[in-house]
Amino acid sequence: MTLLIVQALNGFQLGMLLFLIAAGLTLVFGVMNFVNLAHGVQYMLGAYLGVAFSRIAGGFWSALALASVTAGAFGLLLERLIFRHLYARSELDQVLATFGVIITLNEGVRLLWGSAPLELPMPDALSSSFQLMPGLRYPIYRVALAASGLVVAGALALVVNHTRAGMLIRAGASNQEMVSALGVDIGRLFRLVFGVGAMLAGFAGVLAAPLVSVEPGMGENLLILAFVVIVIGGIGSIRGAFVAAVIVGLVDTLGRALITDLAKALLSGPTSARVGPALASMLIYLVMALVLAVRPAGLFPART
Amino acid sequence: MTAFAAPRFMIQIRKKSGGNTMLKQVLAAVALTGMVTAAQAQTVNVTVITTLSGPQAALGEQIRDGFQLAVDQMGGKLGGLPVKLTVIDDELKPDVAVTKIRGLLESGHQDFVVGPVFSVVKAAIFKPITDAGVFLISPNAGLSTFAGKACNKNLFVTSYQNDQPHSVSGQYATEKGYKRAFIIAPNYQAGRDALTGFKSRFKGEVVAEDYVPLNQMDMQSEIAKIADAKPDVVFVFLPGGLGINFVKQYRQAGLTTIPVLSTFTVDESTLPAEGDAAIGFYSGTNWAPNMDNPTNKAFVAAFEKKYNYVPATYAAQVYDTAMLIDSAVKSAGLDHDKLQKALEKADFASVRGSFKFGTNHYPVQDFYLAQVAKRPDGKLQTEIRSKVLTQDVDTYAAECHMQ
Repeated sequence: MTLLIVQALNGFQLGMLLFLIAAGLTLVFGVMNFVNLAHGVQYMLGAYLGVAFSRIAGGFWSALALASVTAGAFGLLLERLIFRHLYARSELDQVLATFGVIITLNEGVRLLWGSAPLELPMPDALSSSFQLMPGLRYPIYRVALAASGLVVAGALALVVNHTRAGMLIRAGASNQEMVSALGVDIGRLFRLVFGVGAMLAGFAGVLAAPLVSVEPGMGENLLILAFVVIVIGGIGSIRGAFVAAVIVGLVDTLGRALITDLAKALLSGPTSARVGPALASMLIYLVMALVLAVRPAGLFPART
Repeated sequence: MTAFAAPRFMIQIRKKSGGNTMLKQVLAAVALTGMVTAAQAQTVNVTVITTLSGPQAALGEQIRDGFQLAVDQMGGKLGGLPVKLTVIDDELKPDVAVTKIRGLLESGHQDFVVGPVFSVVKAAIFKPITDAGVFLISPNAGLSTFAGKACNKNLFVTSYQNDQPHSVSGQYATEKGYKRAFIIAPNYQAGRDALTGFKSRFKGEVVAEDYVPLNQMDMQSEIAKIADAKPDVVFVFLPGGLGINFVKQYRQAGLTTIPVLSTFTVDESTLPAEGDAAIGFYSGTNWAPNMDNPTNKAFVAAFEKKYNYVPATYAAQVYDTAMLIDSAVKSAGLDHDKLQKALEKADFASVRGSFKFGTNHYPVQDFYLAQVAKRPDGKLQTEIRSKVLTQDVDTYAAECHMQ
């Protein structure tokens, strides 16, 4: 039972990390109708910048702030140089161009920092751990990561639901032309959304860096999960992204934890060792298929 | 001895003139005077194919750097003949590798192809290279496929047969009397082979056999399962980023009492990213930087001086490969059949102390348990703790009948 609680906690924490990435992705996709495959690169960039700034400035916290802001600024630069020219193009063009950005930036990071994975140490203040179950200590850092996801979610919800900019974002997500026709500078709104999204992904990258290996291409694994999250949650919806991120995090982690045992109980011998992991990897996609079958626009569609 | 003096003389000419015409004229003149035969005037054409882009490039760079170091140390020559070295990036894509290798073989004569890092690439390039009568010398990938019935006279492997390093941990766990083992590997063929390799020599009970997706980044779920299962020992084969994440998170979870045996999880390619968290982890291996023999000490010192990082087994094995080629060309020139005999003798000073080939052209060698430790200069490395397997012959060798 304790194991189940631990696994649920792990799942929730993965969900929060996913939310930080999916939040920007869903807004960019929803508001601008722009498929940005290069969003995962921002996450990688955040992690690398975090490592770089912690070496220069020393200390995790200044690195977190500097790297998030720089990642956001870099996102804006990309928007200005490349993405802006793609808004009016077809989705295939967008996918191809942003895929090109992924390849370029992955190799760029390799040129700058080398192929060998890097390390970002945990901040001292959060590096202790507490006893969660016999023999297992849970790092406080992981709790802090989940908490910061919650804080960001709360702040975004406030902005989106209770401010003028948020109202415009919601309006943009449901009907872009109408917002533009009402005299709102949609380009400025796009840039705001894009910059914040890029910054959040960079922020998530720095937060994840002490837990995972910082290496070229680290963003792509998460990007796929982030797309699953925004499709389940409903494109353009922050609330949807939050709920779906928690669902995906929990299903993925608990699925991997439980399905192997379940397969072992139902099947026998070498088959179970193969079926279990295969099924566990498929689980979130099965959930996505199920959600899409019942609610084709996702759980909380922004467009009606 | 004139045979050795002549090529050296020609190199000087080439350097001074910088052109091919001049060299050809000199060659012709020298050949006319009967001082050297055509064979001795040749260059050794060597191609290194390795992974230099994508997430696994750090391993491929060790292959490239290790070979380059050996060639540089010998003044741009192997076996006394000047080397024409080509480096190819296989991008860890079998189709790309085959296309590039076909192009290479069609564009001119090759004597040796050295590489690749990964077995998937090797399976793809094996046939075009060996069919063309070119020696393929594999400094890392040791597929079982070519160790048994399908062994080939043009293939030499200087690393190990893939099962062997994993079985080292199984043997060690049995010798230590561990009763319950929790074993983890990525969910793909090499992962399943690794766990089979461990189990082949482990006599205790495997309490859990866990397969994780290759792109999984959070290992916390597996770690919680380990804490719950309370095994005597953990065995993992988690290459690259998987291993880095596991090692960091294992320490963060405070699981200090359960020893971790591993393969390709804590080595010099991942240690810089794992940091102090990796200290104490065990690894089954055929080599470690602290191995105590003069050849190895000189190799590690020269490698670190030149590249500024600690070499892992990849670099060590490819360095041995260069020395192997050097020894063979020195005694046999570039005649294919004579070269094969000379390669089989493996008459060179190995960084592993001793080195010899079995009948299937795979090494027969000792395997060790190594442990991660911090050196006086603060860098991390694996260090040999005990010998686990002596002169181990892989299990497929008996099926090989070399033509």
